[in-house]
Amino acid sequence: MTKDHGKTKQKIVNGIVSFFKYLSLVFFSFMAILPVVSCVITAFKTEEEYNTTNVMTLPKSFLNFSNFVDSFQQANMGRAFINSTIILICVLLISTLLGTQLAYVLSRFKFKGNGLIRNLFLVATLLPGIAMQIAVYKLMYTFGLINSLMGYIVMMCGTDVISIYIYMQFFDNLPISLDESATVEGANYFTIFYKILLPLLKPAIVTSCIIKGVATYNEYYCANLYLQDKKRFATVATSLYTFVGPLGSKYNLICAGLIISLLPALIIFITCQDQIYSGLTNGAVKG
Amino acid sequence: MNSTIAKKENHGWKAWLGSRQGQKVLVITTFMTLPLLLLFFFTYLPFGQMVGFSFFKMKYTGEKSFVGWDNYINVFKRKDCFGALKLSLYYMLGSVVQLALALYLATILSFKTKGGKLFKGFMFFPYLINGIAVGFIFKFFYTRGFVFDTVLQWCGFDLENLPYWLKDQAINNFSLVGTSVWRYFGQNMVLFIGAIMSVDATMYEAAMIDGANKWQQFLYIILPNIKNIVVLNVILSISGSLSAFEPPYVITDGANGTGTYFVIMHQIAHTQQKVGLASAMAVILLCIILLCTVLQKLLFKYVFKDVDDDSYSNEQAKKSKKAAKMAKKAAKMKTEVGR
Repeated sequence: MTKDHGKTKQKIVNGIVSFFKYLSLVFFSFMAILPVVSCVITAFKTEEEYNTTNVMTLPKSFLNFSNFVDSFQQANMGRAFINSTIILICVLLISTLLGTQLAYVLSRFKFKGNGLIRNLFLVATLLPGIAMQIAVYKLMYTFGLINSLMGYIVMMCGTDVISIYIYMQFFDNLPISLDESATVEGANYFTIFYKILLPLLKPAIVTSCIIKGVATYNEYYCANLYLQDKKRFATVATSLYTFVGPLGSKYNLICAGLIISLLPALIIFITCQDQIYSGLTNGAVKG
Repeated sequence: MNSTIAKKENHGWKAWLGSRQGQKVLVITTFMTLPLLLLFFFTYLPFGQMVGFSFFKMKYTGEKSFVGWDNYINVFKRKDCFGALKLSLYYMLGSVVQLALALYLATILSFKTKGGKLFKGFMFFPYLINGIAVGFIFKFFYTRGFVFDTVLQWCGFDLENLPYWLKDQAINNFSLVGTSVWRYFGQNMVLFIGAIMSVDATMYEAAMIDGANKWQQFLYIILPNIKNIVVLNVILSISGSLSAFEPPYVITDGANGTGTYFVIMHQIAHTQQKVGLASAMAVILLCIILLCTVLQKLLFKYVFKDVDDDSYSNEQAKKSKKAAKMAKKAAKMKTEVGR
């Protein structure tokens, strides 16, 4: 009898726990999308509607795309999308290759200076990026890398730490016996890395590429500083600066512009979401 | 004589390259050269130069004159510089809330949840938005009578009683911190989920067989295994709150008492072009950040006595032993609780 009593009690506790679980999930999800939803609503309003209705009132039609067309043209977003694509591809390729290689060496080999190098990278995360730009700017100027996509790309690759930790954590959880059995079969370290470990790292690579990719796509401080020629070198993020100033209160136009700017990130996120999650859950260790 | 040695070495060089040891050195050097070069050129070299700048009165171009410690003295003397650091307390509070929230939600979502993917997507979504867009979104969001006020009115608040979220100095820093938490808690959450998921799944199985409940699984399996990434995030968020920059920069431009240390520094460096003074501000902040980090590490060492993040060598072996121990411990606790 006490057993049954315990079971019903357990059930009630489980019920309460899952109630609060879903309540918190719903609440925080709502808070997360509310500001964006309000922008979507506003982006579809005509000027007249925007001036006369409350911001949370739905627009008459969700097919009014004139704001989007206007802001795409005014902010020169065609050029901006081309630039951002070039930057994104280069930065992701280079930093993934360098990051995985570095993590491989640091987590698989014992050598003098291993700890020192880890610490150098850790200390680098502590150096505030904005402050460093005072000196980096002079350096880039000296090397003639202002208004150069190449220079900006190299600089973006130079500051990449979080992903190293994701890779290292992943390496720590890949059994070392994988390496050992490959060694027995005569593979050298390069083969082990490229043929065996790199494919297994795919889930970690996808995750960190998304994180690094979003950071790169959204980066605006350095882009504003180093790609000053806005006609030729505007990125999607910096093209939004068009709306600072006289256009600053036309929120129907601004909201349309910023929704265009975050569409690519959203599309990539929605399509790659499955890949991240399944990649992370079916980690290589299981198979 | 020298040449014979060189020859000998040269001869041995190929054989050595073929050896295990040689291979190891080769792979280490090829894989580490570029990252270390980048690290040097974009972090440590500019840092060194910045320390140098801080002793000069200079602009980006033109002459500079040596002024000794004057810039440092000025940072402490000027009211707008050092006082601005007080604002980071708001951001520190925010980052604690953010990390706790992220860990809580990550743990929830790492167990089976209906619609978990959707929730995760929604909460991660703000991270995808670029800083300038965030600036516009929240200028819009907090405007009098706009989004936030409307929602609060739905909840029964009277517009008359609501403050001006970005102008009222009693509240505007909280408003800005809120945007920062809004933007980053989802990213922290995904990092934590990633770390939790990469925990060897057999550990959960073992724990389940031994009858450990979810809280015990969290305490003895999840937490120890994601310790590294949690510690890293705590360190990053403390330095992040001292160097809070983005919300005030993009939303209020530092007006109405929201100018954090870095916003002031940015204005001094790029608007007023006082590079020396700005460099001194940067160096001082860096010293504070390093001090905090050391204190934090000591604290962590004291709280979790077995944190030794420099010896990764035996970790694999240790981990499996630890896991077995944990499962036993959890099972033991369970039976004790059962009684």
